[in-house]
Amino acid sequence: MATFSISDVTIKGITCCVPKNIAYNKDITILSSEDISKFIETTGVEERRVAPEDMCSSDLCFEAASDLITELNWNKDDIEILLFVSQTADYILPVTSTILQDRLGLSKNCIAFDIPLGCSGYVYGMSIIAGMMKSTGLKKGLLLAGDVLSHKINKNDKSALPLFGDAASATAFELEESTKPMLFDLGSDGSGYKSIMIPDGAGRNKASTASFEDVLLSEGITRNKSQLGMDGMDVFSFGISEVPKTVNKLLNFYDLDKENIDHFVFHQANMMMNKMITKKLKVPSEKVPYSLKFFGNTSSATIPLTIVTALKNAFIDKDKDLLLCGFGVGLSWGTARVNFQKQTLLRFIEL
Amino acid sequence: MEINTFLQNVVDILDDTDPSLVSAETVFRDLEEWDSLTALSLIAMADDEYSVKLTGDDIRDAVTFNDVFEKIKAKA
Repeated sequence: MATFSISDVTIKGITCCVPKNIAYNKDITILSSEDISKFIETTGVEERRVAPEDMCSSDLCFEAASDLITELNWNKDDIEILLFVSQTADYILPVTSTILQDRLGLSKNCIAFDIPLGCSGYVYGMSIIAGMMKSTGLKKGLLLAGDVLSHKINKNDKSALPLFGDAASATAFELEESTKPMLFDLGSDGSGYKSIMIPDGAGRNKASTASFEDVLLSEGITRNKSQLGMDGMDVFSFGISEVPKTVNKLLNFYDLDKENIDHFVFHQANMMMNKMITKKLKVPSEKVPYSLKFFGNTSSATIPLTIVTALKNAFIDKDKDLLLCGFGVGLSWGTARVNFQKQTLLRFIEL
Repeated sequence: MEINTFLQNVVDILDDTDPSLVSAETVFRDLEEWDSLTALSLIAMADDEYSVKLTGDDIRDAVTFNDVFEKIKAKA
């Protein structure tokens, strides 16, 4: 059972970096104005950040990490582990994390590897970096998580275009004795692997001319096989059933009281799904922050992005316990109870 | 599990549809209000009222509300 605790590791700060360019859903032309109003009402997404063609996830992560290292006044040589959580790497190979290790000027003694998870990736990444630091004694680590999904979405796919945005994050971890343990519950269900998928271009279906031919799949949904496709109904059904289970599992396993959780930060899937999850968990809505309105669904960046934007003043004068839950592509999910210390650095920048 | 209760639950999720248009034989895709977002409401209702997890294929394979009801009954 993947429910476990990691002690003596704490979060020192988070910087999120998003592209400056804003796309407004009200301006979308592939939906009628009536449909777009209904879409905005249901999903809660009004604006999204869209990266220019030459901007990669790693560029946003680089800016976020540089800012965080400077603001925390960290010595780069002390950073011994760097994880890059993303489904939009620079290349098929090598991993992007090594490129970032060099670009950030980190030591050659730094461990660097990629974790190609999406919506659950931030929580998975936290568990991996904290687990390695605790077990090996590495003192400082950086978790970089984010995606530029807009480059993988067809401009004529109404099921994906208005929902997904681009964003990245950098989170600083430090080994520190006697801090409150991080608690995790992680899981997977690969039977739903087709629910969110880019089918062509890797090993199973090699890229061919056909991979780039746009196909009209149903009214308003055109895409090709090198682009992201989502079965919204499957993902919705998965989210509303699995998320309450994993959250309750963590709470019950560690005998935690919902009353003592200050904020519940869920992956920003869409408003309808998140409201349903919140309702099923019987969590008061004032404890559940959102960033969907301004950024949409930004894959593994939604949790840190919600923290730095919607909770930016939450840790000024006291420590807070947060319940984080990421879920989606894989299918995969992860829940964590994490203590944020007073005055944890939270920053939001644009590129 | 009662078809009439199920149909009432369907009426409850359809804000802009005259209840008289909702019957077991209704071809739901022909309803003016039906779209991909109402499909999500139907999935939410199945979860909420019957603790049943409907998939995208379950909805795509169904033609009438009765088909959806039968699917829920089979999965309950």
